[in-house]
Amino acid sequence: MPKLNMVKALNTALFEEMARDPDVLVLGEDVGVDGGVFRVTDDLQRKFGSQRVIDSPLAEAGIIGTAVGMALYGLKPICEIQFSGFAFQCFHQIENHAARYRSRSQGRFHCQMVIRMPYGGGVRALEHHTESEEQFYAHIPGLKMVIPSGPRTARALLAAAIRDPDPVIFFEAKALYHAAKEDVPDESETLPLGRAQVAREGGDLTLIAYGAMLRVALEAADVLQTEDGASVEVLDLLTISPLDRATLVASVAKTGRAVVVHEAPRSFGPGAEIAASIMDGAFLSLEAPVRRVTAYDVAFAGFAREKATVPDVPRVVAAARETLAF
Amino acid sequence: MPRTLLEPRFQVEHLSILDSEGTLDTALEPKLAPDELRALWRAMLLGRRLDERMVRLQRQGRIGTFAPLKGQEASQIGSVAALRTTDWMVPSFRETAAMIWRGWPIERLLLFFAGYLEGGQPAPAQHDLPVTIPVATQLPHAVGLAYAAQYRGDDAVVMVYFGDGATSEGDFHEALNFAGVWQVPVVFVCQNNQWAISVPLKKQTHSRTLAQKAHAYGVPGLQVDGNDVLAVRVAAGEAVARARAGQGPTLLECITYRLGVHTTADDPTKYRSEEEVAAWERKDPLTRFRAYLEGRGLLEAGLEETLDAEIAEAVRRFEATPPADALAMFDHVYAEPPAHLVAQREELARRLAANPAAPPADSDAVPPDATPMRGQRLTRR
Repeated sequence: MPKLNMVKALNTALFEEMARDPDVLVLGEDVGVDGGVFRVTDDLQRKFGSQRVIDSPLAEAGIIGTAVGMALYGLKPICEIQFSGFAFQCFHQIENHAARYRSRSQGRFHCQMVIRMPYGGGVRALEHHTESEEQFYAHIPGLKMVIPSGPRTARALLAAAIRDPDPVIFFEAKALYHAAKEDVPDESETLPLGRAQVAREGGDLTLIAYGAMLRVALEAADVLQTEDGASVEVLDLLTISPLDRATLVASVAKTGRAVVVHEAPRSFGPGAEIAASIMDGAFLSLEAPVRRVTAYDVAFAGFAREKATVPDVPRVVAAARETLAF
Repeated sequence: MPRTLLEPRFQVEHLSILDSEGTLDTALEPKLAPDELRALWRAMLLGRRLDERMVRLQRQGRIGTFAPLKGQEASQIGSVAALRTTDWMVPSFRETAAMIWRGWPIERLLLFFAGYLEGGQPAPAQHDLPVTIPVATQLPHAVGLAYAAQYRGDDAVVMVYFGDGATSEGDFHEALNFAGVWQVPVVFVCQNNQWAISVPLKKQTHSRTLAQKAHAYGVPGLQVDGNDVLAVRVAAGEAVARARAGQGPTLLECITYRLGVHTTADDPTKYRSEEEVAAWERKDPLTRFRAYLEGRGLLEAGLEETLDAEIAEAVRRFEATPPADALAMFDHVYAEPPAHLVAQREELARRLAANPAAPPADSDAVPPDATPMRGQRLTRR
């Protein structure tokens, strides 16, 4: 069982899925010879050729729009958008078409495609290179929105996303690409989409996180255990949409308290839907209001100020203490 | 260092074979079999008769807003006729005549414009995409289909339709660029009908032609008299043959005119003159082709009545469609409905069961059974 970082784990999944299914192909900017700006597609073109690993022209709508056409034909394209901040130039192709073709054609066509995008802060990058925009995709019927939290979930979820018959937006936290290595099994594995994991069991409070924020939540849980003697359950959502409400509700029904952590701005963000789902399903168990620890509602803070807006361990601990004391 | 002229000094060809005066260029006249000529005429006439019928159906409230094609029959039928059934056809929203040529049942198109999701479903083996409404966004799909056909080793050609306004959209340029770089078998058919709702071509582009935009992408661009079905048929046939032979994409600019409204919600008297419309009515694609066929003894007697009966029969089938089953809206959102959609479907089913006679209104939602009553609080506080 080799130890891989998330870049290598994603790369492994791409190799495995392309070897498994000749209909799977990769397209995007710099994904071929260069192996992608983060090297996630490294060596794929050498192995599978330039017809299957396509260095596309620099045009996001062209990438997604042509991938929709390929998917309508029966291929299974994996698109790389270089940074999620550039995806607004293809947002119409995602919302108007990739998400809707199954419905529009009443099942005659569908778009089995994955759109990979690096998202989030933590890499001292410029504007449009640090944002978290998962809420836009999670809001769109017909799409699935997946965010792994480390090498092993990244490899398993990417394989599942590629095999899923519906279009999947697959966000990769830049902060996690090289953050840590994890044991990844030799054999290909998948994780079901739409299913959250209990990353740590506890009875007093539920912390809900995903992507790069999982590590923040787990460290906060450690602090709360050590300093407060609080037993904190941590949920790793893994799929933002469709949201695993059953796991959320079961956890909060047990703990009675919940704090949601995400890098996206607060208002109308995933935390709002998560809080509403808890209200719907576990209202009678709640001991305190559901709190959100998120980025502030600013367009862009700049990396000189990024640490002040992206949730960190002290902020999560403080919110958890207030919730526990409510 | 000197200023030097680079190679690409382009010219744009304009093709016309049968002009509005009925003058025929016999050197260019295609050698089409009488059966194909009759089929072209039948499809153009059916397109015209159905179009006029659909405007009346809309005025009577029997279908919703739709975009008439009157005046563009030659552009549509001349081009689509160059395809095989195994080729792919990608429409925008005004291609009623071309879609019928491709095998869409009339009643299904009526269903589409009556707001039924079922109207967008192509038959299982049909190589056609459904109507795309956001302008130019279907062009990259055509390029992707063509890439996939080439990747699979199929010899299919893809034909995609759009208007003059679409050439201002980024997707038009991205699609042409990708098609040029990839050298895939796509024929881009621009129906330049002179007006994008109220905006005339001269406000849409400063280019002398739309065809020349292809040259910037290393793609052949040809202008054709879009009201001359013979010229369109010849140009499309050449473009399709080139695509099938692995020689890449082509842009065809069909010069035509929207004789009617943009959609049934539009009033063109606000932005264009009656004189202009009258001038284009004299170039009607049906008039000159009818005269051509008459001269060759190929006009069928009673065809209009036959087509009207066919349309009336389709309208009858359309109107016999039962009311839309509201629950079907959940059927094709995902391959497998996730839990929240199953719950929402059940919520709607409960509403319908509670009031089966009346269609559900937004304001009469029945609260889900599980909603707790105030005072039932079970927490430990």
